[in-house]
Amino acid sequence: MKKEPSKQEYNQMVEEMTPKHSCIKNCGKAFLVGGLFCVLGEAMKQLMMNYWDISKKDALLFVTIELVLLSVILTGFNLYGKITKFGGAGGLVPITGFANSVASPAIEYQKEGQVFGIGVKIFTIAGPVILYGIISAFIAGVIYLTAVQWGWIG
Amino acid sequence: MKTIKGKQSVEFDHPPYIAGWASVVADKEGKGPLGNRFDQVIEDPLFGEDTWEKAEGRFMKQAAMLAIQKAGLSTSDIRYVFAGDLLEQNTATSYGLKDLDLPLFGLFGACSTVGEALSLASMTVAGGFADQVLATASSHIGTAEKQFRFPLEYGNQRPLSATWTVTGAGGFIVSKQKSPIKVRGITTGKIVDYGMKDPMNMGACMAPAAAQVIYQHFQDYSTSPKDYDAIYTGDLGEVGKQILIRLLDENGYDISKVHGDCGLEVYENEKQDTHSGGSGCACSAVVLSAMLIRKLLNGEWNRILFVPTGALMSKTSFNEGESVTGIAHAILLEREEESWNM
Repeated sequence: MKKEPSKQEYNQMVEEMTPKHSCIKNCGKAFLVGGLFCVLGEAMKQLMMNYWDISKKDALLFVTIELVLLSVILTGFNLYGKITKFGGAGGLVPITGFANSVASPAIEYQKEGQVFGIGVKIFTIAGPVILYGIISAFIAGVIYLTAVQWGWIG
Repeated sequence: MKTIKGKQSVEFDHPPYIAGWASVVADKEGKGPLGNRFDQVIEDPLFGEDTWEKAEGRFMKQAAMLAIQKAGLSTSDIRYVFAGDLLEQNTATSYGLKDLDLPLFGLFGACSTVGEALSLASMTVAGGFADQVLATASSHIGTAEKQFRFPLEYGNQRPLSATWTVTGAGGFIVSKQKSPIKVRGITTGKIVDYGMKDPMNMGACMAPAAAQVIYQHFQDYSTSPKDYDAIYTGDLGEVGKQILIRLLDENGYDISKVHGDCGLEVYENEKQDTHSGGSGCACSAVVLSAMLIRKLLNGEWNRILFVPTGALMSKTSFNEGESVTGIAHAILLEREEESWNM
């Protein structure tokens, strides 16, 4: 063409013309949805501790398992996506979001077989979280250990 | 030869005709504004198959068969097939069309594939290499999401600039036999790279390619936007449409009055939650069949420029930090002057 914008000019033009989700509104929704998952977890914990005489330690473990189960069931019925669509990070960050990221490839790739389908692809989304989660935990552990050795803490 | 026109165009001295056209879509598209205009709406997105890939192949085969049937032909009358889809190694095309048992040229032009197929089919017929050629393209939300983005059940938030892949296929018979619609000419697009890196903003990635090919078409044909009743791009969506109009405006062509985008015709974006509009190979193909050709037929339009747009990228190129380049192919369609009893 006769007159073409430079790559930089074009990027700027696109930036101006592309609508975006409102950040404040999204943060509010994420807070609401994420908070509701926490309230649900807390209610389950209280229920188990007060009515079924389960120790706090065990109750916390059960809450985790139950939330994962709930998320996997919702994923199976294709409902979890709707929660995340509304809640954004509020649906992605809690353990339920992690469960969704494992269950959804399992459903999608089931057709490609138990090994090369589900086996290979089940952690395509969650894999990085696991890998870098472990690395971060290791680094944090080394820092903690060093700090204790040098007498900075505890 | 006088068919060669300008830098990138062809103007046929014996234009081939579009003798048959068909569109087959899934339920969501069937509920859109063009719902009752499609030849067939298949409610089951799997089309009775057990995988998305096979389903997409079925959509393509169905559109092909319908187009052949509507042209009053049988499969054995077709000499060549030009076909393509979005999947790696053209999976849908290879498996969908294998039972047709016809000589095939498999194409890849991302979402512009139907334009590429129609261009080559027209040249093949005009060049005298065949009398009847089938041009077809398909896409499927299930296969596209799986290959390019995330599993369908995965929860994430789509940006407002994202588009929705149309599930379906369009088939066209390009023929020597006279019909009310003729392919007057073509302008073949180049790969255009403006350094865009966001695959969730395809409209912005493809708009420069559309602008380039439309600009070149005007130059090669010595025409201007007022010479066309409509100029329809493939799947630029809301964002890309605005950018295209601006890019061409800066080059002295105001297409705002005649421009439309197939991606904006398929869905009711607000109601059907499709954000910036429809996309995929099927998007431009089914809109051409269900809407653009119909408007040419009923005399509302006489001359249109159909410009399917494609984003040339793969998951690998994206992960390796490459930009998303665009391509677009323009097809000049005209209504045959003689009156037709349809």
